[in-house]
Amino acid sequence: MRDRHASPRTVTRQGLGESLNRSYAVLLRHVYLLRGSWPRVLELAYWPVMQMILWGFITQFFTGHSEWVAQAAGLLLAAVLLWDVLFRAQLGVTLPFYEELYSRNLGHLFVSPLRPWELIASLLGISTLRTLIGVVPAALLAIPLYQYSIFTMGLPLIVFFVQLLVTGWALGLMISGLVLRFGLGAQSLAWVAIFALAPISGIYYPIEVLPGWLQPLALALPSAHVFEGMRAVLLDEGFHTGHFAAAMALNVVYLVLGAALFMRVFALARERGLLLHSGE
Amino acid sequence: MAIEVSELTKNFGPATAVDAVSFDIATGSATALLGPNGAGKTTTLAMLLGLMTPTFGHIRVLGADMLRDRYAVLNRMNYASPYIDLPQRLTVRENLLVYGRLYGVRRLKARIYQLAEELELEALINRPYRELSAGQRTRVALAKALINEPELLLLDEPTASLDPDTGDRIRGWLEAYRARTGATMVLASHNMPEVERLCDRVLMMRGGRIVDDGTPDGLRARYGRRNLEEVFLDIARHA
Repeated sequence: MRDRHASPRTVTRQGLGESLNRSYAVLLRHVYLLRGSWPRVLELAYWPVMQMILWGFITQFFTGHSEWVAQAAGLLLAAVLLWDVLFRAQLGVTLPFYEELYSRNLGHLFVSPLRPWELIASLLGISTLRTLIGVVPAALLAIPLYQYSIFTMGLPLIVFFVQLLVTGWALGLMISGLVLRFGLGAQSLAWVAIFALAPISGIYYPIEVLPGWLQPLALALPSAHVFEGMRAVLLDEGFHTGHFAAAMALNVVYLVLGAALFMRVFALARERGLLLHSGE
Repeated sequence: MAIEVSELTKNFGPATAVDAVSFDIATGSATALLGPNGAGKTTTLAMLLGLMTPTFGHIRVLGADMLRDRYAVLNRMNYASPYIDLPQRLTVRENLLVYGRLYGVRRLKARIYQLAEELELEALINRPYRELSAGQRTRVALAKALINEPELLLLDEPTASLDPDTGDRIRGWLEAYRARTGATMVLASHNMPEVERLCDRVLMMRGGRIVDDGTPDGLRARYGRRNLEEVFLDIARHA
């Protein structure tokens, strides 16, 4: 038997290549999950498309009734699509993590050589993939339906996309950490937590609309800077480097905080035996 | 030694699950952790694997300090347990591909083919894990545990809830694997005939402590009992 088959001995070297290979293994697990379930893929795109259709009609109505919206017809549509980038990026981290909990798979993952930061890297990768699957179809459908292409924004669109993706990752890691700590009883955080940020992110209106005491809080969020920057581009005020720099700096802080919280809870989970008993 | 444990202790708040346990396990041996529910067997296994951190004590596995350097040896060991599961919606092949990559297995497809043949999984290889019976799932979990051809295999109740035929086949495969590779095996079990068949040493646990240690024959003789089950009942009922 041994002569007929390959040696199963494992690669023993350590390094970035092996880390990437392990992260890719976890990413592959979630790609297999999506590939084997078309309803899951359709669901990823369903909500962004519905949101886009709804806000497309609202835009059509306001274009004739609001001077501000009439200045840039894509203002509301771009906002709703970019908001979905943030929401999908956060769900893209938390839902694959929940999958590991639902399938009671964390124990198997962490008796393997997988490091927690490698799991984080794979969650960020799958989040990017899920966000693209969710938002790109909606953005493309907006072109024939409302004659609006978000892609006309050009390079700033890539900047806004990346910034919101990173904000979503940071939130997703924080929520995943809390769910690992408190169990799946806290899983609804994935769907509700982000909406606490929506009113102060200035998605559909400028931050200056908010009460004065709330504005500093809003400006402590990367998302508020992204939406302010988006409006500046769409209203032909140009690319606002101040908002870009603020969003980037805040994202670094939030991502480090999210990863640190996740790693701390992971250490706590090892102390309390939660990796062996996680699940429904 | 494959495993060296000294003064291993695990407290959960005021409760002590494992109480200053010390033992060594020789390379190539098969050792059972035996004891009633709550004796500390699963907690001990979890600490050996690095899934749980001890409150006190030291663990060396395959020469590595598991508190500081467990990643140096995790790809040389593996684990199967009915208390953890594999992704339900992935097929058997997909699960083995994912875990093979995680363990850095070379020529992975050939290894999966080999395991499918040895564990009679060929007909199941493209079926989702969730559609399998308990016995089939146990075989897949065993394939996952053997994917990296581990030098140290830790098993928690490997044949729990299986019918006698499937349980016997699993035990046969484990015996064959150990004979072929010289791997060290540690298993926690309540199945006394299984322990007598597979293990050359038994660590009897109760209340988080090791209360006896010997070969199955030696323990039977020491307690004047016909089989390990009677020894187990003696130890479990006479604190």
